[in-house]
Order: sequence, then structure tokens, then C-alpha cells
Amino acid sequence: MSVTLSESAAKHVSNFIAKRGRGVGIRLGVKTSGCSGMAYKLEFVDETQGEDVVFESHGVKVIVDPKSLPYLEGTELDFVREGLNEGFKFNNPNVKDQCGCGESFNV
Amino acid sequence: MALLQIAEPGMSAEPHKHRLAVGIDLGTTNSLVATVRNGIAVCLADETGRSMLPSVVRYRADGSIDVGHKAVAAQATDAKNTIVSVKRFMGRGLKDVAHVETMPYDFEDSTGMVRLRTVQGVKSPVEISAEILRTLRRRAEASLAGELVGAVITVPAYFDDAQRQATKDAATLAGLPVLRLLNEPTAAAVAYGLDNAAEGVYAVYDLGGGTFDLSILKLSRGVFEVLSTNGDAALGGDDFDHRLFCWILDKADIAPPSMEDARRLQMKAREAKELLSSCEEAPVHVALRSGEEVNLVVTRDEFADMTRHLVQKTLGPVRKALRDAGLAPDEVKGVVMVGGATRMPHIQRAVAEYFGQEPLTNLDPDKVVALGAAMQANVLAGNRKDEDDWLLLDVIPLSLGLETMGGLTEKVIPRNSTLPIARAQEFTTFKDGQTAMAFHVVQGERELVSDCRSLARFELRGIPPMVAGAARIRVSFQVDADGLLSVSAREMSSGVEASVLVKPSYGLTDDEIAGMLKSGVEHAGDDMLARALREQQVEAERVIEATEHAIEQDGALLSADERAAIEKSITNLRALCAGQDHRAIKSGIDALSRATDDFAARRMDSSIRNALAGHKVDEFET
Ligand SMILES: Nc1ncnc2c1ncn2[C@@H]1O[C@H](COP(=O)(O)OP(=O)(O)O)[C@@H](O)[C@H]1O
Ligand SMILES: [Mg+2]
Repeated sequence: MSVTLSESAAKHVSNFIAKRGRGVGIRLGVKTSGCSGMAYKLEFVDETQGEDVVFESHGVKVIVDPKSLPYLEGTELDFVREGLNEGFKFNNPNVKDQCGCGESFNV
Repeated sequence: MALLQIAEPGMSAEPHKHRLAVGIDLGTTNSLVATVRNGIAVCLADETGRSMLPSVVRYRADGSIDVGHKAVAAQATDAKNTIVSVKRFMGRGLKDVAHVETMPYDFEDSTGMVRLRTVQGVKSPVEISAEILRTLRRRAEASLAGELVGAVITVPAYFDDAQRQATKDAATLAGLPVLRLLNEPTAAAVAYGLDNAAEGVYAVYDLGGGTFDLSILKLSRGVFEVLSTNGDAALGGDDFDHRLFCWILDKADIAPPSMEDARRLQMKAREAKELLSSCEEAPVHVALRSGEEVNLVVTRDEFADMTRHLVQKTLGPVRKALRDAGLAPDEVKGVVMVGGATRMPHIQRAVAEYFGQEPLTNLDPDKVVALGAAMQANVLAGNRKDEDDWLLLDVIPLSLGLETMGGLTEKVIPRNSTLPIARAQEFTTFKDGQTAMAFHVVQGERELVSDCRSLARFELRGIPPMVAGAARIRVSFQVDADGLLSVSAREMSSGVEASVLVKPSYGLTDDEIAGMLKSGVEHAGDDMLARALREQQVEAERVIEATEHAIEQDGALLSADERAAIEKSITNLRALCAGQDHRAIKSGIDALSRATDDFAARRMDSSIRNALAGHKVDEFET
């Protein structure tokens, strides 16, 4: 099992990193909070931490900390457009129910 | 559903707590909204993919309001209710707006800001601008799927207090919290990342639709300072359209066109002009309502030739701004191009030639201001780490000061001081027992108050009665980061206080600012004389008043002859004061003080005797 990016997400991430001018990859993570328990983290990574698990997807490094990993196994990060809005979406098979907002969830 | 954006390391927001912030370029011709998404500043587009929103608002008879492209289309058919370039009216009175007579609007000449009568009633420029801002806010909220914490809105560097306040009011009306007003050239420099670049002086050349602004910025230790600004409020891309339009009329050999046909030709001219920035030639094919047809081709060289004078005209303000900043063209480290009209290759050539270097053009000149504003908004909203934080400094365009005795200005904050700034100055009472003091806050470079612009008046009351000159009244001027002024006065011994937030007193035009700056320099000589004269007149009044007061109190110490002599000197001095010769007044003052020397000595003796009476001498020895 691993954590992956869709092709579109990978394209956007590498584009954003290039424009930002630095960064080795993207961090996916979870933290406790939010209306249904857990919330996603999505950040640029300037340097990986010792315990980080690193995946590679369409040429982009996907970095996950070991505590978050159980909640994210099998997740694919996608990039989508909804009307004027555009951004990343977690397709996470571990999620039982999620807050309508898409930012927080329960396992 | 909220889609996620990539945050800076360690800066992920709590769910539902994204600090969505935007930058808005509220332009004369076009407005834009931008934000930082996934670490990159981007302009937000409408449903059809266009990011530029024409700054045009149309009030329709059915009560609806069109903003942007839809309103542009109605310009020719419903001119009175379709307001273009409302930015020119912001914070301005009717008399301050240039060329009102050629405008199709129904102006209402009320006091304060000009207002326009429309089919939906009387509208102020603040309300009209608010429609543009509201449209951009909605677009941003739809694009970011959330409510905005606020916006950074850009204004020209020369915008005065009234214009800045009007811009803030418009944002409030549109439901947009203002994080900060930011000068347009500063925003452009930020977009180019010059805040991370080598320290030095940069020029920002902004040629928009109807205005030209040149700003000289100095970057040191990551902080921008506007050294000087100059420009032409009646020069922009529209003038190039007009020149081409005239050329077309000339070549096409048609009857004088109707309003509508003229409008059509003008639009065509603009199209051709824009095309020529990327093509060697542009077709001008128009079928007119009159049945006539225009079939022309204009080449890039022809266009450059017919508009050469307009390009040259921009260089005047460039020279002046450099001169104001005390710099030569080769001392400028980089030149930033802003405004759609700087796409014209012959503009870029002229600028490159003048500064002896290629200007920066790799960012879209229509968008740079909005992008820089978005970057600043992102910082102010707290989406970046502290160490990346930067602070932007701007300057005040005209000196701020107070009226002092005799209608003179005392500058408290000099022109081009960086913002935010606070300065205090002490004043004192002029008369014995004076319990109130009036303050008149003015803006301008001239020595005489009557030549400056009046900003506000206020009074400090409850000063404890003291002899003239004994009260210490500290007047503090404070200009915040948005360039808005507050003034307070405090009597130091009693602590009584009064203050004003300078409410915009509308009505200073760019030309007036330019004029005031120019006349400040040109009249420096006259002003010095006028100042010297006023100073002597004030001094004479003070001496006369003190003498008369002394005679009233201690006249008994004088013989009839002595008294007559002093009174004669007073009469003499009064006569001199009515004249224009400050030296003569000075000699009159000297004469009066010589005539009262003995009297003063005698008064001193007698007051010391009085003071000592009732005390034992040894009380005073320790
Ligand atoms: N490709 C182009 N070539 C020449 N001029 C252009 C081009 N694109 C836009 N412009 C001109 O830029 C002007 C508008 O500039 P803009 O920066 O949007 O104005 P403002 O700051 O006044 O809102 C118009 O005169 C427009 O015709
Ligand atoms: Mg502009």
C-alpha cells in the first residue's frame, strides 16, 4: 500500500514547486481536530525529517510522517476543479464519514 | 466542498480556519483580484476565464447593476448610467475633476465628494467603486470557497488622504475588510520579488488606460521607501487609441461619423493598437452605420510614428521624479513596467534608452500590481512564517503641518517621510491667560497657509491660565501605514488633550498636487520674503501688545514725556506693519524696544521688590 498522486495532482504539484523556487516534495498528513475528528495536512517540504516515509508518484516525492501513515494508506491525492474553485482532494479509503467540508474526517 | 491548497511547511490551517486573503488592483480602466494559492500568486478569473474586470458600472432602469464587460457594451447606448473611470472621482469635488464638461454624466455639485445622478438615484464614487469591489469579492469567494479575512487594496502613490479614505470606505461598503492599502508601484516591485533583490533604487513606470505614474522606490534592508512620484493624470493608453482614431478618420475619407460610429471606430483603434504590440501590422476593417466602409491597414512603424510625441510626453515626469529624488538615470538599478499600455514595443524601447537598461517585462503588466498586493495580503493574513515577513514602507506625498501665527505653515512631517510615522512638536500660548488654542492642520509645501490645502481644524480647551509662552502644548502628528493622519494636542502641565482624525476634506487634484509641489519650488524666493514679512509683523504685534500691557499695569512708573515717546514708537511701528518691508518693521521693533529699555528695567526692579515683600531675605539664599 502506498500514498499516491493522480497524474493531474502530480503535474500541479511539480509546477507549484518549480514556481515556488524550492522544495523537495509534498507532505500529506493528518492531525486531530476539526468537526469530525481528524484533519488533513498538505504542505510543501523543504527537507524531510528522519522518520518520514517517502513515496514517489509520477516523479514527485510524497512524504508522510509515520503517525499519519495508518490513516492515509491507499490514499490518492487528486487535483480537481469545481466551478471557479480548484484544488486538491484526498481520496482516502480509510474514511468512514467525513465532514461535508472535505477537510476533516473520521476513520 | 473545500478543496485543499498546499501550505508552507508547518503552516497548514485548521479546518474551516483558512485565512483567505486577496490583493485587489482597483484600477482606473481595469480591476483585478489575486490571491496566493499553493504558494504562488495568481489572478482569479471569472466564469469565462477572464481575470481583468473593466472598471465600469452600469445602473439599469430595472434596478439591476452590471459591472465589467457587460457594462462596457452599454457605454455608447446608456452613457449617463454607465460610469467609467470612477477612480478619477474618488475623494474629489466637482471642481477638482478635469474635463467634466466632456463627460456624459449628470453630476450633482454637492459639497464634499462629487456625486452622479443615475436612473437608480444619486450615487457617490464610493458606492460605484464598491460595486466593482463587491464583484471581485464574490469572484474570490467563489474561487476560494470561503469567506475572505481581508484584502490589500492598491492605490496610486500620490493618492491623498481623502482618496485613500474613499477607497477604504468603498471596501467597507463592499463587505471587504481592508488589511492594508498599498501603493501600486510598491505592489509591482513586490510582485517582481525586488524585496528579495539587491538593495538599490528602482523605477516603476506605470502607463494605464488614462493615467501615467512614475515612482522611484528605494529598497534597503528589505524595506521599500517611495523616494518620489510624478506622472500625468491625463495621459494613458486611451490617448494612443485616440491618435490612431484620428489617423483612421484622416485616411478613411468618410463623412464626420455619428456618435455611435465614432465609438465603433474608437474601439477598432484600440483593438488595432493592442494587436500591434505583437504583430507588425493590424487591419482596420469597419462597416459603419452610415453605410460607409473603412478598409485600412496600419503598420507598427506608422503607429510608432504617429504616437512618438505621446511616448516622449511620459519622459518629462520621469525626469522630474528622478530630479526630486536627486538621482541620475544610471543610478536606477531596475525599471519595472506596469500597465497594459507598456506592452507597446516603442514604449519599452524609449524607456530602455532613457535608463540605459532593459526594463523588467516578464510579468504580465496588467497583473503585476494585483499579484504584489496578493503577496502582501498573504503575509498580513498570517499565512507565512515570521522570518519571511516583510514590512513595506510608503511615503507621504506632501508635507503636513500646522498654521502658526500670521498664517504661516510650520511643517511637522516633511514630504516624502516614510510611513508609518509619528512626529511631535511643541507650541506655546501667545497671550497671557490664554485658555484655548485653535489648530489648523494643513498639507502642502508653501510657506503661507493660504497657499496650502486645509485638512482639518480643532481646538484645545481648558489650558490653565498662564503667562504667554509658559504653556507647553505638544502637538503629535501620526500617519498610519495606510497614509491616514491623526493629530492630537496635549497641554503638558495639566494633561488636557484634544485630537482629530483627519477626515478627508475632499478636493485636491493630481494637477493641484503637482502644481503645489512645483510652486513650492518656484516660489521659494517669494515665500522666504513673505515669511520674513509675516514673522516681523507677528513679532511687532507681540511687542506692541506686551508694551501696552505693561503700560496698563505699571504706567505709574513713567513720566508723561516717557510715556508719549513710547506711544509714538508704537504708532510708528503699527504704520510700518501695514507696509511690505520686513527690514523696516524690524528696525521699528528695535526702536520700540530701545524706547522701553528704561521702563522695563524699572518694572523689573519694582516686581522684584514686590516679590520679596513679605519674605525674609534668607529664605532665598539656600
Ligand atoms: N497588448 C497591448 N498593447 C498595447 N496596449 C495595451 C495592450 N493591452 C492592454 N493595453 C492598454 O492598456 C490600457 C489599460 O491598462 P491598465 O493597466 O489595465 O489600466 P489602469 O491601470 O488604468 O486600470 C488600455 O489603454 C489598453 O488598451
Ligand atoms: Mg493600474
